[in-house]
Amino acid sequence: MTRHRQSAGPTRGLALGPKFFLLGLVAVTLMVIDHRQQHLATIRDTLSVVLFPVQALVNLPFAAWHWGRDVTAARLALLEEVRELREARLDVSVQLQRLASLEAENARLRAMMGSSRQAADRVLVAEILAVDLDPYRHRFTVNKGNRHEVHVGQALLDADGVLGQIVRVQPFTAEAILISDADHALPVIVNRNGLRTIAMGTGDTDRLSLPFLPNSADIEEGDLLVSSGLGGAFPSGYPVARVTRVERRPGAAFAEVSAEPAAALQRAREVLLVWSSRDPSEGDDTTPADGDDTALADAAAQEQP
Amino acid sequence: MNTGHSSLAVGIISMVFALMLAIVPLPQILTGMRPDWVMLALVFWCLAMPSRFGLVWAFGLGLLLDTLSGALLGQHALALLLVTYLTLKFRLRLRVFPLAQLMIAVLVLLVIYQFTLFWIDGVAARSVPIRERWLPVITGTLAWPLVYWLGQRALRETDQQPARL
Repeated sequence: MTRHRQSAGPTRGLALGPKFFLLGLVAVTLMVIDHRQQHLATIRDTLSVVLFPVQALVNLPFAAWHWGRDVTAARLALLEEVRELREARLDVSVQLQRLASLEAENARLRAMMGSSRQAADRVLVAEILAVDLDPYRHRFTVNKGNRHEVHVGQALLDADGVLGQIVRVQPFTAEAILISDADHALPVIVNRNGLRTIAMGTGDTDRLSLPFLPNSADIEEGDLLVSSGLGGAFPSGYPVARVTRVERRPGAAFAEVSAEPAAALQRAREVLLVWSSRDPSEGDDTTPADGDDTALADAAAQEQP
Repeated sequence: MNTGHSSLAVGIISMVFALMLAIVPLPQILTGMRPDWVMLALVFWCLAMPSRFGLVWAFGLGLLLDTLSGALLGQHALALLLVTYLTLKFRLRLRVFPLAQLMIAVLVLLVIYQFTLFWIDGVAARSVPIRERWLPVITGTLAWPLVYWLGQRALRETDQQPARL
């Protein structure tokens, strides 16, 4: 209390009330602009560059821990791991041999049919930064951004299947949405019979729901759902989820179907960014669910130039 | 003057720390319970050094939080502005509260903060689960003594007149 200047309260510049009103107005204006259109990307970019050190700092102990574990791993454990990986590679390369011929055959057949679809996709490995975003939405940050030609709407995969897609790109980082986010929807087909439907996120990382299947739909527990490529954002043919429960309700219009994501949504650390060989501006209206305006607007803004 | 500068530095460091705490990954079960560290730190500094920390800080930190969490730009800014405004407005009254009473005041501020965020989410038509929304209010209130204690210590370290809140 001895310091009068301090206990005098905030009297610099405007009085408290008007200052609050003014800043509040600016905040509301920002929100409206941000919600309606995407003119604020520069502000966001600048702020994200300022914040990148904070994110890197938070990520540091986790990165150090992983690094330390790799460095100090016992020789035997490493040898064991190498052996396992060799076996796995052998397995995969055997499958690949078949795939190569199948792919060639597929390309030939498609060429004969005059279809323009290509199978090859370009990929880049990105790392998930160990930072938590909003706990109520399934978002995460990866360590690749504008500088690596990452673009909005781009698909993310892990070794087992589709993980999510990019919703916002900053210079060094990009923000992605998981397929389990309640605002996310993804066009899929049932691998067994080609039945088309949409897999919606539920807000629960180990459950997707398929709300638009009629009771008579040919779908069973254990069916594999793969991305259909409709909508243009996700490359087609990657595993998305496996059906875990089918409940046909005679009174209702639709069956209740849930599926478990194939990708390790909780555990993935490294992810693959995929550039579809298909032109992203061909068909695009289904990708993010109608709920997520920002993602849609982002995608739209992306396609203008 | 020197002490003034160092206390400002302590304030800034604590804010960076709060921002880091806001994004440190937590186990899945705990993610909904993360206290709003930035808000708590800001409330503390507004009570302790109102001539240095105020609405402009609230606005800036809010924008940083928005960018970090991928929220609407201005969402956290508005919520923090509201909380800071109330803190400054009733500062003289809050200063004489004992800790327990101060915790109740913080509880009220946290409710206002969370409600503002929740309300904006609703207006912007973003789906959010309602049930877990109130957990940070409780954990934040419980975290207040810690923030208070750390803040007091930091002030003492910088030879500042220990703010008798």
